[in-house]
Amino acid sequence: MNSHLHSADRQDVAVIGAGVVGCAIARRFALTGARVIVIEKAADILAGASKGNSAILHTGFDAPSGSLEWQCMQAGYAEFLDIRERLGLPLLRSTAILAAWTEDEMSKLDQIAAKAWKNGVTDVRPLSPAEVLAREPHLSRTLLGGLLVPGEFLIDPWSTPLAYLHQAIANGATVLRETEVLSGRFDGQAWTLETNRGAVLAETVINAAGLWGDVVDDRLQVGRTFDIRPRKGQFVVFDKAAARLLSAIILPVPTERTKGIVLTPTIFGNLLVGPTAEEQADRIHATVEQATLEQLIAKAQAILPALADMPVTATYAGLRPATAHSEYQIRHDAAHNLIVAGGIRSTGLTGALGIAQHVAKLYNERHPHKRPESNAIWPTVALPVLAEHEARDWTRPGYGEIVCHCELVTKREIEAALTGPLPAGDSSGLKRRTRAGMGRCQGFYCHARIASLTQGRFTTPLAIGSVDA
Amino acid sequence: MREMIDVAIIGSGPAGLSAAIALRKRGLRQVVVLERDSEAGGVPRHCAHPPYGLREFGRIMTGPSYAQRLADDARAIGVQIRLLHSVTQLLPDGVLEIATPNGRQRLQAKRVLIATGVRETPRSARLLSGDRPLGVLNTGALQAYIALQGLIPFRRPVILGSELVSLSAIATCRSHGIRPAAVIETNARPTARFPLTLLPRLLGIPVFLGCAVTAIHGTDRVEAVTLQSTDGGTTRDIACDGVLLTGRFLPEASLIRASHLTLDPATQGPAIDQFGRCSDPRYFAAGNILRAVETAGWSFREGQRIAHCLAADLEGRLPSASASLEIRAGDNLKLVLPQRLTSPSKALGKQTLELRVAQGVTGRLRLRHGDVTLYERPLTALPERRILIPIGALDLANLTGTIVAEILT
Repeated sequence: MNSHLHSADRQDVAVIGAGVVGCAIARRFALTGARVIVIEKAADILAGASKGNSAILHTGFDAPSGSLEWQCMQAGYAEFLDIRERLGLPLLRSTAILAAWTEDEMSKLDQIAAKAWKNGVTDVRPLSPAEVLAREPHLSRTLLGGLLVPGEFLIDPWSTPLAYLHQAIANGATVLRETEVLSGRFDGQAWTLETNRGAVLAETVINAAGLWGDVVDDRLQVGRTFDIRPRKGQFVVFDKAAARLLSAIILPVPTERTKGIVLTPTIFGNLLVGPTAEEQADRIHATVEQATLEQLIAKAQAILPALADMPVTATYAGLRPATAHSEYQIRHDAAHNLIVAGGIRSTGLTGALGIAQHVAKLYNERHPHKRPESNAIWPTVALPVLAEHEARDWTRPGYGEIVCHCELVTKREIEAALTGPLPAGDSSGLKRRTRAGMGRCQGFYCHARIASLTQGRFTTPLAIGSVDA
Repeated sequence: MREMIDVAIIGSGPAGLSAAIALRKRGLRQVVVLERDSEAGGVPRHCAHPPYGLREFGRIMTGPSYAQRLADDARAIGVQIRLLHSVTQLLPDGVLEIATPNGRQRLQAKRVLIATGVRETPRSARLLSGDRPLGVLNTGALQAYIALQGLIPFRRPVILGSELVSLSAIATCRSHGIRPAAVIETNARPTARFPLTLLPRLLGIPVFLGCAVTAIHGTDRVEAVTLQSTDGGTTRDIACDGVLLTGRFLPEASLIRASHLTLDPATQGPAIDQFGRCSDPRYFAAGNILRAVETAGWSFREGQRIAHCLAADLEGRLPSASASLEIRAGDNLKLVLPQRLTSPSKALGKQTLELRVAQGVTGRLRLRHGDVTLYERPLTALPERRILIPIGALDLANLTGTIVAEILT
């Protein structure tokens, strides 16, 4: 993987960062016939902010009205629903209930509903406590009321960007992993990006480096216009047995300070509580903290008392690339053929396709399409079916063996994830592609088998030696 | 089309296979063991050390040879062991949903025995703080690396816990060039019995008692852990390349959680009566699925004993499950097993009540029914140690309702 580049060929567009935003941008440009290269410093895609989120497709009902974030969410939401079947992406039409537990929260519901209408989300409607409990009988009876948001859905946060990038590749894009942009030079016509694996030439650079967006701006010597202030979010995942306790996403009434803690089913059949919002300077380490995890569990149990006896399956933490601004930081530096898509804080999964549209529009102000989008190629690489409500691979004959018993991941799925145009680059990438090891035993049964099946595949292998050696 | 058999046993560990052999010896025709793995034998398969088998086979064996012997004996007597058969759902009327590499199946059994065993508590459920790098494993995973895959996951781990399995982990490490950096136990004293607890010190491994890991550090792989004494005092970092989480076993009860069967929140396994009968009397359970954790030998004998109950039930000789007394763990007790007693039949079923404590305690162990004391004795108890009460010592005639087991301090 560390071979030196031989790409003297000039690309039209170099996208720095293969998070959900970079993947969506790469797709959008590749669809219009641009020669696209994606440069990712980690061993696999989605290794930064995009690896940990709450996996919800948001309507934008509570986004700042008229903001770019709201526009991108609206456009991203619509495009996702339009393309997801052709990309083989799952969707669970869960709906969301914004739940009020105090009089103070109740008093804000009207205002939130009015904002939803203003934001074009006109199907929200208030629910009485009885109506909420009729839908969600396991919720705490202390609930005072709620607001139904029918259009909030659950999606697969990792297959989704992977499919975007698959389509980019199918339309000619190149993806470099373990490749870090060290510096860049614009000569008035095109960029030369120096990386640890050699130079990449591209006419236009798109900085979608997420948690490193400001650092990449520095390296490109274009002058940063924002500072990333990582904001950590910790999550707790409950056992699959808990999923039957809840069908809708339970959103909190947001405060001035935070959007608050969400309790939600996942498309994988778990129940998830989080995220926290904790400012930190560190961009690499997203630690989980026992005391915080306990608070999240207590919070979840207060909302859904039957969770008291449910075991915890997983804990994780993600970092949001927040800035001093609540708005997305997207700018077109036309003088330098540079577009920066930064500060995509917490709505990136929903907004990504919309952000890609917006970035493409900025680009097209100066560059005509090279080919009509109707000629788009749809990827033929089948994504694994990871959604619990669909027919998973283990239900079909010929899977070989079940490797991960908790998540019922087959050897066939693992082998598929290790081949194809974008094979898993590390063990986390394999988990995101297959769910192997993400279940309740966290690898007690399957860790060793996965180490064996992935030998020689990863720069950072699971096993560091063999018994005979 | 649905296959109909006499008994389906889920899991081919010591409890499942000993039960299967006993059932065949009783003359039952179709005894089918469903094993999700590619080999039979369960946990002993990857415990490549003695002592196994002394009481069962009259000699001391390693785990893998013990597992092999059990599987051979079962096959020789006509037990069908179906490998790579993953039961995905338990349904009423003894119907099982099964995933196999050749497609899904449904099978109906006159009786089902659940013998799915235990696993250790992973890092997540322990809510351990810190980074989430590679190299954080349970003992079971380490043993599978070494015994089943011939691979080494780390060279210098810290070992969390001091149960018997922790000593097994040390033995596994030492025989494969892995040098533990420390053994860390939250409690002020080791959980395993003296003199076994001398082992780490004899091998020159630092032992930290009364200390908890408050953070794991590492970007790709584990680089260090932070230790803090549980009284909130001193902290220190220990360099290491792995964290081995030992013990804190839990019944592997995910099938039960997803089913119609009653789960006991105290044991986290199925609620049973002394015959091993679950809340749906077509389902029985035996072995470590009932409680964490007992030895292979105990599971073997328990499997046998419950198999005889199951066979008696098929012959119509088991008392009805409907008239049973409930037993509940009260003050200072973590769990009690079985959770129900059905008008005792002295020859059949479990002969003892098993109790466990969550914390070390000294006091008087008492069983009471309302205000009437049924049993009492002085007791000093430690976590993960057996506490037994002979069921035969209890006068349960004409009792209904609930018995409470408690330790008075």
